Amino acid sequence: MAVISIGRMGLLSVVCVSLFFSSAFAVDRGNFKTCDQSAFCKRQRALKPGQSPYRALLETLELSDSRLTLQLINDNNKVHLLLELYRLQGNMTRVKINELKPLKPRFEVPDVLIAEPPTEPLSVLSKDDNGVVLSLGAESQRLIVSARPFRLDIMEGPEVLLSLNSRGLLAFEHLRLRKDTQAQPDGAEVKESVDGDQQQAEGEKDEDGERDKEEDGLWEETFKSHTDTKPNGPTSISLDFSLPGVEHVYGIPEHADNLKLKTTDGGDPYRLYNLDVFQYELYNPMALYGSIPVMLAHNTQRTMGIFWLNAAETWVDISSNTAGKTVFGKMLDFVQGSSETPQTDVRWISESGIIDVFIMLGPKPSDVFSQYASLTGTQSFPPLASLGYHQCRWNYNDQEDVKSVDQGFDQHDIPYDFIWLDIEHADGKRYFTWDPHKFAQPKEMLQGLMEKRRKMVAIVDPHIKVDSGYKIHNEITSKDFYVKNKDGRNYEGWCWPGNSGYPDFTNPEMRAWWASMFAYDQYEGSMENLFTWNDMNEPSVFNGPEVTMHKDALHGKWEHREIHNIYGLYVQRATAEGQIQRSGGVERAFVLTRAFFAGSQRYGAVWTGDNAAEWDHLKISIPMCLSLGLVGFSFCGADVGGFFKNPSTELLVRWYQTGAYQPFFRAHAHLDTTRREPWLFGPENTALMREAIRQRYALLPYWYQLFYQAHKTGMPVMRPLWVDYPKDTTTFTIDDEFLIGSDLLAHPVTEEGSRGVTAYLPGAGEVWYDVHTFQKHNGAQNLYIPVTLSSIPVFQRGGSIIPRKDRVRRSSACMENDPYTLYVALSPKKFAKGELYIDDGHSFNYDTKKELIHRSLTFANNALTSSNLCPDCNFSTSSWIEKVLILGASKPSKVVLKLDGKETPVEFEFDASMSVLTLRKPGMNAGADWTLLLQ
Amino acid sequence: MTCLHLLLTLVFAVSFGTPVEIQRPRGVPLTKKQFYEENKPFTCLDGSRTIPFDRVNDDYCDCKDGSDEPGTAACPNGSFHCTNAGYRPMFIPSSRINDGICDCCDTTDEYNSGAKCENTCKELGRKEREVLQKMAEVTKEGFLLKQQLIEEAKKGQQEKQGKVTEMQDNKKQLEEKVEALRTVKETAEQPEKEAKERHLKAWEEQKAAIRLEKDKAKMAEAFLELDDNADGFVSVSELQSHAELDPDADGTLSDTEAQGLMGGAEQVDTSTFESVWTNIKDKYHSESQPEEPAPVETPPDEVKEPVVDNDSEPYPEDDVSEEEDDDDDDEDDYHEDDDKAAPTNKTPEKSHEDEEAMPTYDAETQTLIDAAQKARDDFEEAEKALREMDDQIRNIEKELSFDFGPDAEFTYLYSQCYELTTSEYIYRLCPFNRVSQKPKYGGSETNLGSWGSWSGPENNKYLVMKYEHGTGCWQGPNRSTTVKLTCGKETVVTSTSEPSRCEYLMEFTTPAVCQEPDNTDLPAHGHEEL
Repeated sequence: MAVISIGRMGLLSVVCVSLFFSSAFAVDRGNFKTCDQSAFCKRQRALKPGQSPYRALLETLELSDSRLTLQLINDNNKVHLLLELYRLQGNMTRVKINELKPLKPRFEVPDVLIAEPPTEPLSVLSKDDNGVVLSLGAESQRLIVSARPFRLDIMEGPEVLLSLNSRGLLAFEHLRLRKDTQAQPDGAEVKESVDGDQQQAEGEKDEDGERDKEEDGLWEETFKSHTDTKPNGPTSISLDFSLPGVEHVYGIPEHADNLKLKTTDGGDPYRLYNLDVFQYELYNPMALYGSIPVMLAHNTQRTMGIFWLNAAETWVDISSNTAGKTVFGKMLDFVQGSSETPQTDVRWISESGIIDVFIMLGPKPSDVFSQYASLTGTQSFPPLASLGYHQCRWNYNDQEDVKSVDQGFDQHDIPYDFIWLDIEHADGKRYFTWDPHKFAQPKEMLQGLMEKRRKMVAIVDPHIKVDSGYKIHNEITSKDFYVKNKDGRNYEGWCWPGNSGYPDFTNPEMRAWWASMFAYDQYEGSMENLFTWNDMNEPSVFNGPEVTMHKDALHGKWEHREIHNIYGLYVQRATAEGQIQRSGGVERAFVLTRAFFAGSQRYGAVWTGDNAAEWDHLKISIPMCLSLGLVGFSFCGADVGGFFKNPSTELLVRWYQTGAYQPFFRAHAHLDTTRREPWLFGPENTALMREAIRQRYALLPYWYQLFYQAHKTGMPVMRPLWVDYPKDTTTFTIDDEFLIGSDLLAHPVTEEGSRGVTAYLPGAGEVWYDVHTFQKHNGAQNLYIPVTLSSIPVFQRGGSIIPRKDRVRRSSACMENDPYTLYVALSPKKFAKGELYIDDGHSFNYDTKKELIHRSLTFANNALTSSNLCPDCNFSTSSWIEKVLILGASKPSKVVLKLDGKETPVEFEFDASMSVLTLRKPGMNAGADWTLLLQ
Repeated sequence: MTCLHLLLTLVFAVSFGTPVEIQRPRGVPLTKKQFYEENKPFTCLDGSRTIPFDRVNDDYCDCKDGSDEPGTAACPNGSFHCTNAGYRPMFIPSSRINDGICDCCDTTDEYNSGAKCENTCKELGRKEREVLQKMAEVTKEGFLLKQQLIEEAKKGQQEKQGKVTEMQDNKKQLEEKVEALRTVKETAEQPEKEAKERHLKAWEEQKAAIRLEKDKAKMAEAFLELDDNADGFVSVSELQSHAELDPDADGTLSDTEAQGLMGGAEQVDTSTFESVWTNIKDKYHSESQPEEPAPVETPPDEVKEPVVDNDSEPYPEDDVSEEEDDDDDDEDDYHEDDDKAAPTNKTPEKSHEDEEAMPTYDAETQTLIDAAQKARDDFEEAEKALREMDDQIRNIEKELSFDFGPDAEFTYLYSQCYELTTSEYIYRLCPFNRVSQKPKYGGSETNLGSWGSWSGPENNKYLVMKYEHGTGCWQGPNRSTTVKLTCGKETVVTSTSEPSRCEYLMEFTTPAVCQEPDNTDLPAHGHEEL
């Protein structure tokens, strides 16, 4: 939550009046930079495609087993760059470009890659004065290095998959002494525009160097009242990528925009700069709370990814068929017999650091996911309970309030797992403490929840109140763990508690100390059912430039400029590590974050920040979470009901119905809104919200299994349709419906007063079953579904088996030993398969002791069989199979269960109208080997 | 798979200490025992289907209404009955069976979950009885108090009604008196007016005579002044020396113009000068008394600097105080500036007028004036008394118009206030008027709502008061307060909270909501089934 009620914030009023009063209800764009207001972006964007001044010095080529190095020279200024090329295992290429001899080292982002990526040998196929051809291993993949101008092309057979610097927009501002001041970046020459002429003319007239400095922002830059001193001068970098044959690119969250990225010609580029944006607007490329600099490119033939490993402020330009046809483009035209080949051009611009790009070559969507996972890791495997429903509000007032909300759920027979406490729970916003009046007995409160087998989350933000009576502040001060300002003193800014310090989470010692603060004997009042929420970790600084930290603040020797986008990742990481450590490494963590970076998926969940109770915000929750899922972060959700403003009852109900089918399912509300616990809107609406939440709980086994899969393979849990139907172009722009795993398709109702929705059911020759009515529909069609207020259009894919626990109880823990019902949805060929995953739901024993059950369920030849996918695993469950529903079945004469070598008949019922066969109480243990024969 | 017991043997002791055993399927209340007959096919209670009896409580849901699984969690809509001997029996959703959480105090809901539940029914029963007893006592005493309140209210109401009637009578008398005095006043004012007018007229005449004399003197003086050569005639050229007489204001008095003023004559003597004087006297400047200022030329405010200052530079503070004082009579203004301004405002004019002050009234007129003044005073006093009486009547009528409950039992709360001090604030409830909040350590009061309406549930709207339209919240609604009334001996605010931002909740005890206690004394054994 990021907004303040003026009434409560006397301390902050001076700062906040300007921040928060500015508009009635929309983002104040003036608080945030456009590309034009960001000096390096303006400089870089002024470069137009053309002849690159960079030339590869082929004679400097060195090839070790897996690493190729080569020098590049900028013919304009004679600065040498070092190019490194790696072929990585799993069909990836890494391209690094740095200065050959920088004045001082340039920043390279640590802690994102889970390990140094394993390489594979590169070999030179041919070499001449114009370039070098390297083999990228099998599949006739080659990497062509052209010397003059420098460019890289990755080819497979005769096809160019991707080109680098094909538009000549490689620009690398080298470190320099101040007298070196230049008005233009070191890249290609600026195609002189009218504006450029004028600017230059002015520059010539004005001999004073100071004037140049101000205009170009090379050594200093001022935005609003904030001046960014730039002791290192201009350091930005840029590189362009061309993607022939590609019309659809995705990813680079976080933006409140459609799934398919738009071209940015004529507008601002997509911006990646973690910011606390008050009342953000939809459908624009403005930066939001987090950044994952990963873009996916997809067409019917191939899916690829570009991972730009840089944590500084970054802008991404996207255009389509605007670049002139290159040699390779023409070749491509020739090969494909077309001169209208679509092409997408992408250009990345970062303020500092080096160029370090991973090109993930797919070719299948699942390959790109596993390639990216091999670099940055996978989604953390969450505790099962965290997949249940979360009840949050800014704020539950006191322990009594918490208790009565908890009781409210029981009174209305609505399940939930977590109740959340926002900033008011702490004593004067001193995190790790409790308000002595409102939350005087936190353990008593937590114990009460534990008796109901429920849990709590309390917020811990990374800004620390500067208060000599506050233990956390004193320890950070004495250990000298605070971020410093440019003058070397502790950096201080305004946030919730007033004047605050910001711990330097980039420092591993600081993180270790922070983690130790979550120990039960350090975090007073904490218990094993208390978990954590990291908000404001962009970091949010109310009186800072763009509501964040000054770029010239210092993290050790590095400027904040270099690490900005990764700060939030470190906060969540240190918190998650603390939670794991408090249990001696036995229990999994659950930490929610608002800010994030590539790799954040390893540490917990994310939500889309401070949205609003508006229909469009409900709609946008789908593409926002889909975009995050595509780049590794599956555990995503939006505030159900909308954070700001009061939702209409209809909107609230629809949001519950949508949220129930999204990975992270939490209702949240702003302090100034009226209460909206799900039973406050009359019995009919209570029933609707209860039903939505119950559907979620029944499907928890499936969600859990998908998260296990995401954790193991990197496959997103909530996915765009094209991930599973990559050749169906209809799916490429769909973002009002989505898949959950491969087997469920959800098209939540997100229109006010809707009487019906049109869902696209993909897959020619496939069938889908309405999960509520079991009615069968053919794939590859737009299906109109009439809806009422109770409708949540969801379909199960023919050919799949989904395990459910249909006995919904008051929390997920209460359902632990409950039996399963298997929903077997037959394909037209009378086939289906699925999985069943079971473990203790909360510890790492699934990993450390292989204490899990992972079974494959297959229906083929009229037999449903459960077989062990992990024979050396070891876990026992008391859950059993109470029922099997086979959708699309025909009536058998007899059903027999084969178990432990014995055959017993199983009773069944057949509903001929819907072709549903129900097997009554086969009763076998969920971990057993068994077969059900339909005769 | 778990094998479950089909039947449950219930053994418990009633207060007589005799053990009783009743056999029925687990989770079935005694009232429904007849539907679950052992070894006979079971028909779902909704009649939807009939199943063999061994499928009752077999942990698989066969009936749509959940009636075949009263003792397991198999049906999503089932309910489980716990007897809770020693306490109150209850139904719980069957999803709470064996979920690891103890719901029934007799532990019967957790027969297979491993949850370690203790039978707490006796203890709960005891506590409940204690609470009930206490509540009964409170209710009893409260109800007695309430009877008194009703008595008092009725009495008060009657008194007030009576008072109103009496006051209405008085009012009528007052009205009559006012009318009578008005006549007296008007009668007295007529001769007063006439006498005053006479006096004024006489004075006006006197003033005119004086003025005429003065003018003549001035004319003679002017003639002498104009007649430069002292030949007993004022000539055109002599007149021309007085440029201020220029009728077209071009700065010079030409021959023609002068002649015009002279009525076409070349020169005039003292007697003919009279007509010339009429033409020139308004402009004529005396040569000997040039300092006498023409009153028109000097704006009065130039002399009164403090007033000018005050008008042209209003200080913001003054603005505020002026606004505040708007309601007050202007005479009551106690501002320093005004004190200064008032005399300066009036003195110069007065001094001008005083030059030739009106002579005091003659004794006869003065007597008439005094008589009229007395009549006026008497009239005004009577009118004031009438107004006051009206106010009083209106106030009582307003009070009588409030809905103070079916028996006027809430009447005593009217014009009272009750406070509760929390760690931060002092909350103040003035029933039928307003709710407010004031920081404990200084700061201004916030209005949490003014009396709106009774808004309890349909069966008893007098359990909840609603106060609305308090001070507005930033980006939010106007503050409002819901006051929940519960039976108590004392009249106190017991708690306040703000469940939703700017929506306050207050708990308030009062004997006025105490219900008549049941005649049947404490149900010693609760509603036990046996």
